[in-house]
Amino acid sequence: MSHVVCETAEHPDRPPLSMAELAQRVANDIPEKSYVNLGIGQPTQVADFLDPASGVVLHTENGMLGMGPTAVGEQIDRDLTNAGKVPVTEMPGAAYLSSADAFSMIRGGHLDICVLGAFQVSVEGDLANWHTGLPDAIPAVGGAMDLAIGAKQVFVMMTLFDKDGIPKLVSDCTYPITAFACVDRVYTDYAIFVFRSAGVQVEETYGCTVGELTQRLSLHLEHCSFR
Amino acid sequence: MVTLVETSDEAVEDVRDGATLLVGGFGLAGMPLELIDALIRQGAMGLTVVSNNAGNGDVGLAALLAAGRVRKMICSFPRQADSYVFDALYRARRIELEVVPQGTLVERMRAGGAGIGPFYCPTGAGTALAAGKEARVFGGREYVLEHPITADAALISAHRADAMGNLVYRKTARNFGPVMATAARLVIVQVTQVVPAGALDSEVIVTPGIYVDRVVRVQAAAVAAGTEC
Repeated sequence: MSHVVCETAEHPDRPPLSMAELAQRVANDIPEKSYVNLGIGQPTQVADFLDPASGVVLHTENGMLGMGPTAVGEQIDRDLTNAGKVPVTEMPGAAYLSSADAFSMIRGGHLDICVLGAFQVSVEGDLANWHTGLPDAIPAVGGAMDLAIGAKQVFVMMTLFDKDGIPKLVSDCTYPITAFACVDRVYTDYAIFVFRSAGVQVEETYGCTVGELTQRLSLHLEHCSFR
Repeated sequence: MVTLVETSDEAVEDVRDGATLLVGGFGLAGMPLELIDALIRQGAMGLTVVSNNAGNGDVGLAALLAAGRVRKMICSFPRQADSYVFDALYRARRIELEVVPQGTLVERMRAGGAGIGPFYCPTGAGTALAAGKEARVFGGREYVLEHPITADAALISAHRADAMGNLVYRKTARNFGPVMATAARLVIVQVTQVVPAGALDSEVIVTPGIYVDRVVRVQAAAVAAGTEC
């Protein structure tokens, strides 16, 4: 897949994206017929905005290709859940997998995209999303490290600031790292960032300009331009 | 060769104190609830349990933890909205925890069951979960040396067994079952149906009977259940 990078689109006059708008925006960037894993939490919402005609196949690491929407009412089956343990449904042509196969698909580079949440992302593309490192926190990694090193492209979906207003896009992660230099694109309420070897480019802004973002994040950010 | 046993109690009667157990399931999907309940009645203590999670709610693995039978959990995702039994034990320092990335956890069991020795895996390279492990660079990429896991016994839930011990699973309840069945010296399986040899399509058998030691039939749970997270 290639994102044709055009000029950075700044939208200072509109509000930041809501979580649903963000999910829609991520969904728009998933090419037809991709194999995609949506992480637990916010990324799960992306499924609601995928066009059923797009042929995107959802993988869930607890053992399924071809996952369908959340189950409701009589569809609920305790033997059919997603990785967040939420009851789901199956699409025509779905396949069930052992955990070994589910992770061979991930580590083996067979997934086109994974969409993950994050505590922090560094400008080098390092991802921190598994552990706060706080003394009373119980570490839980699940499939995050496998997904981050294995998927062909890693998309992160997160708020740009934490609840105390601290930026989550940083020069160096202070939380424990999930995987190094693995992030390709970051989708946030205030901006969409593209990670390139040359540095971080801002593809789009919402409720701010690139200049304002650069100041608030204290980071060097590039505008997108034709390559 | 597989033995069909009458009760879950009989199925787990010889699990010993201090044993390492593989316990199937992803959350409650595929968790062998009846076998775990029988193990609680049986009383084995000081267990090391390898399972994806560390118990959900008050049933199954959570009940085994609550009964104080588990010395150490090896799992990928202990902390969840409903893992309060484990959380309390962990915070009281009454249980040991080894967190392993989920793909590495299953691959270590796969290696154990397939006769493979330690192997290099890229997951977690350079992170806190690779601390103390040998790392090597191959083709410009860093890999971590991971060791196989084998166990004294595996407790697994499958959907249907035939008289040969061949198994098929149901939907995402399959998860760790097929790999755990290869990696333990004593493989104990609960199923909701037992059928004669030849009644399962040989082309779709997921776990061949050679891996299975004991099968016990349990009552099918109501399929619909509340949302567990």
